[in-house]
Amino acid sequence: MNYYLRLRTIITSLVAMVALIGTAVAQDELIVYTAIEADELAMFEQEFEADNPNIDLKWGARDSTGIITAKLLAEKDNPQADIVWGLAATSLVFLANEDYFEGYSPKGVEMLDPKYVDPTMNPPLWVGQRAWIASICYNTVEGEKNGVPQPSSWQDLTKPEYQGHVVMPNPNSSGTGFLDVSSWLQIWGEEDGWAFMDALHENIAWYTHSGSKPCKQAAAGEITVGVSFAYRGAKLKNQGAPVEVIAPEEGVGWDLEAFGIVKGAKNMAAAQALADWSVTKKANEIYNREYAVVAMPGVAQEVENFPPNILEKMINNDFAWAAGNRQRILSEWQNRYGAKSEPKS
Amino acid sequence: MATASAIVTKYSRDDKFQGGILVLIALVVAIAVLLPLFTIFLKSVENRDGQFVGILNYVEYFQTPALVASIYNTIIIGVVTTVIVIILAFIYAYALTRSCMPYKNLFRSISLIPLLAPSLLPAIALIYMFGNQGYMKELMFGYEIRGPIGIVISLVFWIFPHVVILLSTALSTADGRLYEAAKVLRTKSIRTFFKITLPAAKYGVMSACFVAFLYAITDFGACKVIGGWFTVLSLDIYKQVVGQQNFQLGSVVSVILLLPVVVTFIAQRQVQRKQTAQITPGSVPYQPKPNRRFDLLMLLYCIAVSFILLAILGTAAFASFVKFWPYNLSLSLTNYQFNLMDGGSWQAYRNSVVMSLYTAFIGTAVIFCSAYFIEKTRRYRGLRSSLNFLSIVPLATPGMVLGLAYLFFFNDPLNPLNFIYKTMIILVLANIVHYYTVPHLTATTALKQLDVEFESVSASLKVPFYKTFWHVTLPICIPALSNIWIYLFVTAITTVSAVVFLYGHDTNIAAVAVVNMDDAGDVAPAAAMAMMIVYTAMGVRIVHWLLTHFIEKHTQKWRQQKLTSD
Repeated sequence: MNYYLRLRTIITSLVAMVALIGTAVAQDELIVYTAIEADELAMFEQEFEADNPNIDLKWGARDSTGIITAKLLAEKDNPQADIVWGLAATSLVFLANEDYFEGYSPKGVEMLDPKYVDPTMNPPLWVGQRAWIASICYNTVEGEKNGVPQPSSWQDLTKPEYQGHVVMPNPNSSGTGFLDVSSWLQIWGEEDGWAFMDALHENIAWYTHSGSKPCKQAAAGEITVGVSFAYRGAKLKNQGAPVEVIAPEEGVGWDLEAFGIVKGAKNMAAAQALADWSVTKKANEIYNREYAVVAMPGVAQEVENFPPNILEKMINNDFAWAAGNRQRILSEWQNRYGAKSEPKS
Repeated sequence: MATASAIVTKYSRDDKFQGGILVLIALVVAIAVLLPLFTIFLKSVENRDGQFVGILNYVEYFQTPALVASIYNTIIIGVVTTVIVIILAFIYAYALTRSCMPYKNLFRSISLIPLLAPSLLPAIALIYMFGNQGYMKELMFGYEIRGPIGIVISLVFWIFPHVVILLSTALSTADGRLYEAAKVLRTKSIRTFFKITLPAAKYGVMSACFVAFLYAITDFGACKVIGGWFTVLSLDIYKQVVGQQNFQLGSVVSVILLLPVVVTFIAQRQVQRKQTAQITPGSVPYQPKPNRRFDLLMLLYCIAVSFILLAILGTAAFASFVKFWPYNLSLSLTNYQFNLMDGGSWQAYRNSVVMSLYTAFIGTAVIFCSAYFIEKTRRYRGLRSSLNFLSIVPLATPGMVLGLAYLFFFNDPLNPLNFIYKTMIILVLANIVHYYTVPHLTATTALKQLDVEFESVSASLKVPFYKTFWHVTLPICIPALSNIWIYLFVTAITTVSAVVFLYGHDTNIAAVAVVNMDDAGDVAPAAAMAMMIVYTAMGVRIVHWLLTHFIEKHTQKWRQQKLTSD
């Protein structure tokens, strides 16, 4: 029987080893799902943990808005996240309609501009943090080389000289893509909005998965015109890329980065701590480092290389309409233009 | 008291124990392979709420023209890639086996380099070469590299070494007597080629065709990066599952992808079976004779091909160090600051190394032991041969399909093994299962070379089988074990398809990070991460080579002696 014993020891140690590989998940972790850009993740994590040393913030999932929204929806019966943080308000309203969130009034929420906080419920289901605003990134070097003039309006992009020189994000995966589409439909109405997109589609070289990729590709000269958002454009321009960041004259779409606490969160206390922290003046000052519009009035300073007058060009965005029609708009878009899209849409 | 018949029928303690192990292996195979694959079929006939809907999902699929187009696209990509790679690799293998050109070993090594890279790497490099800012853009004559052209070139690069290996083997087992006869009869060399060389290598070439086709239609990485608006089946699986979270349609596409894969696979097995009967005991190995013009031609060809392979790799390496392509070509390490990039981190790289080490060590042990029990157990023939058959199944399972199957099976809250989802365990498990077949065959071949007498003698001397295993079998099989180890390590660190559905927030890995960084527009950092994979695979490969060299010199001397005494 000797070797049975020996084998048992081997098996037990194997099992122990396997268990060790699977590094068990600690209990006081806060699982956060987010769509904010990766270059800011580490900074937010550090700042929050510095103020809340006993909480271990984990970015459970970070991807483009559409992907995170779809993921949250898919996990509806067995939510993995404690809090959704830095996701488009349109998506949060949409998920709130699915009864995803637990109402909570963060300490000091009354200091925020009320138009950035869930107007339908008290305590609010979601709270806005900062706005990101659509913009066009235009590569001046490639523009000259390809004979593509600098655009000043959305309609410019449908002109023949832009054919094959424009890239925009797929709204199914990208929040920026969705706020573009939703803003065009709000500016011109359904019929003219889709007609504009039909014409634009003729000029699009390819649709991208993420909202910052068009601007990054414009900055790298892979394409001349990228429909993206102001923060990414300004940042690339600051880094020395030959791009102009343009706010088209018809008006620009925008959305809020916002947070909501997931109903039945495993770590409710930590989720509330992050909610409280996110409405503080300190947090708003951090938001302002890269974004020109933040939820707390009087905090925002100008951001270098943001398009001038972009704030006046922000449309009067109807979140309830955008969220209520999100699925319909997205499937309509997919049916019309899906074939030209980049993978993972 | 024991009679002769009792000795035959009585199951000894060893027999019972080995039987128990075999049942255990069967159980693991069921949990790790059969049940997960079965859930794919289940999902494809369910709606979002898990109710049975028959073929409704399939109807929906075939009514969406954009999705159906992928079937056609996939087959076209597969056929075109296969034709090109077979021609290129055949000449290369021909040069390696049938010419007397110099530096054969060098060229053989260079042809194997693509094995060390994920298929994402050539795609990224091609964008730097032929994209809108590519330094060789003019060579495209206005055609767009993003799309089928880019996919095919990337796949040819990536599949090339596999085909060279297969064709070199096929071409090196020629019967020299036939060539002697042809020479005596003054047959023209072109006729010799078509009447002797090609027929002899026929099955090898066909087998290589099927393998190339299989790799081409199941690849995900190249299409993902450079596909542009062009879609193929494996991408559709990813789009449906990750992009839309539409698991039902994702499984429908998986089942559809499985069809051509299984057909090709069966055809390949048939052909391979015929190939083995080629060489007879009377055969004389073919020895190429020097021919200046021919050898020079072959040398030039190999230089040209090697140059292209190295140029693709070199482009990725160079691009990863360039500060801001194409406007600022100064060199820096900015792109290696993975922690600042969307979807990448140094943690991902470390995870990849850890995952590949676990896969290599655990995989080698598990695969070798199970091959041992399947091969060396005296009884339970039926169970053993069905286990042998099941060991082949992973080779016919595309990584995307296996990954999706694991997602369904292990993410189910009702599964007691649910806790391994998104951990290192499931990544290692998926890799071992995905790449099970080749090591299993290697181990079986090595074990078959050992005389069964070892076991019989041990049994009659009442030496328990594990002692024979430890003192005889294992030491003799060290070369095979070492080959399995490095195969598992390199495939694990370069793969993306099986694990793209299974990683979690703590277990992101390098190859997936390449996909995600490219998605976010950080192409140079994606190239940098892909190069980290290449550097690591290459480093480990070199260390492995030095170690095996050392070990073989000190422990496998008897092989040499046997050869010389023959």
